[in-house]
Amino acid sequence: MKYVIIGNGIASIGAIEGIRQVDKENPIMVIGAENAPAYGRPLISYLLAGKIKADRMALRPTKFYELNNVELKLGTTVAGLDTQKKIITTEKGEEIEYENLLLATGGAPFTPPIPGAEGAGVYNFTNLAHAQELIGTAKDIKRAVVIGGGLIGLKAAEALFDRGVDVTIVELSDRVLSLAFDENAASLAAGRLDEVGLKVRTGVSVKEIQRDAEGYVVGCHLTDGGFLQTEIVVIAIGVVPNYNLAKDANVKVDRGIMVDDHMRTNAEGVYAAGDVAQALDMLAGENRVVPIWPNAYNQGFCAGKNMAGRDTGYSGGLAMNSISFYGLPTISVGTVNPPEDDKNFEVAMKLDEKKKSYRKLVFQNGNLVGYVLVGDIDQAGMFTSFVKFKLPIEAETRAKLMAGEPDALHWPDEFFNETWNPEHTEE
Amino acid sequence: MKRVYPDKEFCIGCHLCEVACITAHSESKDVVIAYTQERREKGITSCKKVFEKGHTCVAVSCRHCDEPACVAACISGGLHKDPKTGRTVYDREKCVGCWSCLMACPYGAIKRHPVENKIIKCDLCQDREEGPACVAACPNLALKFEER
Amino acid sequence: MLFQPINKNYHEFHIDRDKDLCINCEVCVRQCSYGSHYWDEVRGKVMHDNSKCVGCHRCEALCPTAALHIRKKPSEYRGGASWRPVFMENIYKQADTGGVLLAGMGSPVDIPVYWDRMLLDASQVTNPSIDPLREPMELKTFLGAKPSKLEIETGKDGKPKLKTKLTPQLELNYPIMFSAMSFGSINFNLHRAMARAASELGIYYNTGEGGLHKSLYKYGQNTIVQVASGRFGVHKDYLQAGAGIEIKVGQGAKPGIGGHLPGEKINDMVSETRMVPIGSDAISPAPHHDIYSIEDLLQLIFALKEASEYKAPVSVKIAAVHNVAAIASGIVRAGADIVTIDGMRGGTGAAPAMTRDNVGIPLELALASVDQRLRDEGIRNQASIVAAGGIRCSADAIKAIALGADAVYIATGALIAVGCTLCGRCYTGKCPWGIATNDPKLAKRQNPDIAAKKMTNLVRAWGHEIEEMLGGMGLNSIESLRGNRDKLRAVGLSDTEMDILGVKHAGR
Ligand SMILES: Cc1cc2nc3c(=O)[nH]c(=O)nc-3n(C[C@H](O)[C@H](O)[C@H](O)COP(=O)(O)OP(=O)(O)OC[C@H]3O[C@@H](n4cnc5c(N)ncnc54)[C@H](O)[C@@H]3O)c2cc1C
Ligand code: SF4
Ligand code: SF4
Ligand code: SF4
Ligand code: SF4
Repeated sequence: MKYVIIGNGIASIGAIEGIRQVDKENPIMVIGAENAPAYGRPLISYLLAGKIKADRMALRPTKFYELNNVELKLGTTVAGLDTQKKIITTEKGEEIEYENLLLATGGAPFTPPIPGAEGAGVYNFTNLAHAQELIGTAKDIKRAVVIGGGLIGLKAAEALFDRGVDVTIVELSDRVLSLAFDENAASLAAGRLDEVGLKVRTGVSVKEIQRDAEGYVVGCHLTDGGFLQTEIVVIAIGVVPNYNLAKDANVKVDRGIMVDDHMRTNAEGVYAAGDVAQALDMLAGENRVVPIWPNAYNQGFCAGKNMAGRDTGYSGGLAMNSISFYGLPTISVGTVNPPEDDKNFEVAMKLDEKKKSYRKLVFQNGNLVGYVLVGDIDQAGMFTSFVKFKLPIEAETRAKLMAGEPDALHWPDEFFNETWNPEHTEE
Repeated sequence: MKRVYPDKEFCIGCHLCEVACITAHSESKDVVIAYTQERREKGITSCKKVFEKGHTCVAVSCRHCDEPACVAACISGGLHKDPKTGRTVYDREKCVGCWSCLMACPYGAIKRHPVENKIIKCDLCQDREEGPACVAACPNLALKFEER
Repeated sequence: MLFQPINKNYHEFHIDRDKDLCINCEVCVRQCSYGSHYWDEVRGKVMHDNSKCVGCHRCEALCPTAALHIRKKPSEYRGGASWRPVFMENIYKQADTGGVLLAGMGSPVDIPVYWDRMLLDASQVTNPSIDPLREPMELKTFLGAKPSKLEIETGKDGKPKLKTKLTPQLELNYPIMFSAMSFGSINFNLHRAMARAASELGIYYNTGEGGLHKSLYKYGQNTIVQVASGRFGVHKDYLQAGAGIEIKVGQGAKPGIGGHLPGEKINDMVSETRMVPIGSDAISPAPHHDIYSIEDLLQLIFALKEASEYKAPVSVKIAAVHNVAAIASGIVRAGADIVTIDGMRGGTGAAPAMTRDNVGIPLELALASVDQRLRDEGIRNQASIVAAGGIRCSADAIKAIALGADAVYIATGALIAVGCTLCGRCYTGKCPWGIATNDPKLAKRQNPDIAAKKMTNLVRAWGHEIEEMLGGMGLNSIESLRGNRDKLRAVGLSDTEMDILGVKHAGR
């Protein structure tokens, strides 16, 4: 098989579309452990919340695979990889030869060793099956505890709450959303959740999950000695790259599968993309695992083009998150929590608690390297341009950015014309 | 493919392209009804954005990028590239209003719908036989719809 | 309305906004450079201040719903045949300011327009008319001195050859040119447009007295460079850049006075081209300080011929004044290849209103008398005559040619083609049509791509009409009409007028 892709997430879709930009003919095989065609993974919280129906999960039209000459093997897990012989082996023992292989196996939920976590009533929240299970359960329960106050945890909590469940979020650090957002944004988000009636407990963690004699979950013991009654626990602490297959086959792995600027691993003909990959991060200038959706697509796309023989460099990923809490939109892009003592960084903030509006701009050596928006997010894309294209920022431009009015006319003239009005001829 | 190219040297910042965009995307196709009633009630919004800096103006909308950041960011399949026309197509039914595309598109080409929890994005007036309304309305040839 | 001068409400125009149509899009607000329209925060809608309106119609033209009508203010004074409102309003203004009244564009005063009193002939029975769509029709015109007689010799190949050496000629595909409008009084975009249109059409445009920007040198083959009393932007390269040179002595709209380009209009590009400092007023003196006689003029003509190595014909432009015929004769005798007569209805960027409306004579009379005088003196062949100032349509142009012009200049017509509505506030520098302004925000309203196209269309259209009318008269070339006053008849003119015009009354 010319092209084999393991994993059927967004990185895989990116790869198919990348390959097909170059090679319209040779067949592609996609092997996915899950049973559904690629779906919007982040949509599982919308599904759980009842905001959308199952038929809206699919990312691409039904005919997508057929039209792109993709053989789809669903419900199939790949168990072995031989990079010498260029063969992969499925759990069922089927052997498949490949010329070009993409590892797009994504992430696996991270479950810390909490006593009592083994057994029924404890869930993860990273895939469609999890969501469906929780939909079933939610009908019969009154209370839930969500461990983890990150993006996924909050979305899971919000969704369960929408199903009428009384939810408490337990977060170890002193605030929610500590990774992607800063204090002000997090507190606005937390405030919104609080308004609606979700409970958030910060600075504590679950020490033990208490089960009754029959093994049903009855509550959580917290590190501060407290106890939360609950019928289920959702663990949403994070995901870790799903790289065992690669590691076992001696593909070089650090925090994720190491790839070069063409998404190639150290094994000939083997590429990696998405949450499983440790690829170039634009701002850091080094390889990092940044498990977000756009990066996964872009890496897949880039890998796909290279697999099909078009030399394509990866320009690097940019951390970005957009998430709404009960109608309060928040966006964060790039570096949003710069090291406090580093003089090269400058931060400009504007907070209006009444209006639930917040803007934070982070400059490094004069360049915009990150921003946070809460509430009034409409100018986000234009802010992104200054980060993504590393555009020079003069005093006037800076004033505009600070006023929340990033503007394409503040791009350098030449860049503007190349981008918007190419072949512009001056007399 | 044909795209709309804005010329900042000759855009006069009149905003007529916006009026035209709103009218073209209205039900009534009547400028007065579209701009007043339909805008108020249905939240029709122009896909164009007019920037102004000193004496320079420009009206921009979706570039229909070859490798669009918005498509990469869309979590619902609501945005995709039409392989035939090359356009970046938006499917209103699928959009869940996560604003990922709005954040990812570095051209500021995506807006929030003021009434629905959905986005607004230029569709190159695909239902309009004569082509993009903004281009037709521009009094100063500051928008060109052409192959480049 | 309170605390304003009492005559504030005696304004000229009235803005009508149709409530059912106005959608409050603010297009008019953005278009009006005089601030007549504004967004009223309190009322939450677009409002206007009639007193600021200058009647340029820009808002009316761009309003997407056609909700606007600009009207003359309906309120009326008792006035009378003598004290017409314009005199009263002028006095109110001057009583406030103590200043000279300024005006822009051509004079609106009610002085006979002889074009409207002369009618063209057509063929019937005895001589067949010609269909320009089927038969060749020649509009080609050569401007420059023509020899008194031609000598022909036989060339080596046995074919006849012109022995007489011709002086340089300007070759025009249409007997129409774009008249002098200086860079500065109108902006660069329009100069670009005129240059492109002239090239495309195979005619000429005149730079006016403000010099020529380097980037337009490439259109030199279709350019006439002007030298005026201020000598702005005049240097050797400039004189050699054009195909023709024009000495501007006078302008029909303001005979006897010079020019004044206010410092606000002098931006970097104008300054570079005119060779004057940015922001300083550019003043053209009333006379050329080196011309006090025909002999002086002769020296300048030959200095310019010398500087351009005798490759460019030299034109002298004068305003139509009482003694125009005698002056023209002197000009021709001084060596000019072309005489340009600018009539009193000619346009201007700024002129004192009293001068504009009361000095000079109508073009038609001046043209006829100049043509006649040169003929009488037997020197008509020594120079071409170009008529300028108030040519409004192709019929005016063809009548001018029948009266004796070789070609006409159009200026106001060319500006109307690109949107000018003759509001006459050119001197404010705020022209909402982006014509008589160098404010970059306004100037860009003239996209040279559009403007060049419109100017080209206009001349082409007139060309077709001229062909049609020529064919109707049974003529197949514009040459055959030149000075052919028998093709004109007057209606309702006095014997003196007809005598000067050299035309018979209709019916004769
Ligand atoms: C609830 C939730 C919400 C999220 N929200 C956002 C958001 O709003 N914005 C954002 O940017 N990111 C979000 N993310 C992260 C985002 O979903 C991921 O970055 C993205 O899905 C990664 O795509 P991927 O293709 O790399 O991997 P995945 O989507 O994880 O796909 C990998 C696939 O490979 C399969 N697989 C793994 N191993 C094997 C094997 N050995 N054999 C066969 N198949 C295998 C897996 O079953 C899985 O289907 C969210 C994630 C979750 C869970
Ligand atoms: S929305 Fe933005 S990223 Fe998407 S195609 Fe348009 S311009 Fe490109
Ligand atoms: S807002 Fe809609 S179109 Fe945009 S990324 Fe989200 S789901 Fe896709
Ligand atoms: S219609 Fe044309 S000139 Fe007016 S704002 Fe739009 S692009 Fe600019
Ligand atoms: S341009 Fe027309 S519709 Fe728009 S505000 Fe002005 S008058 Fe009203």
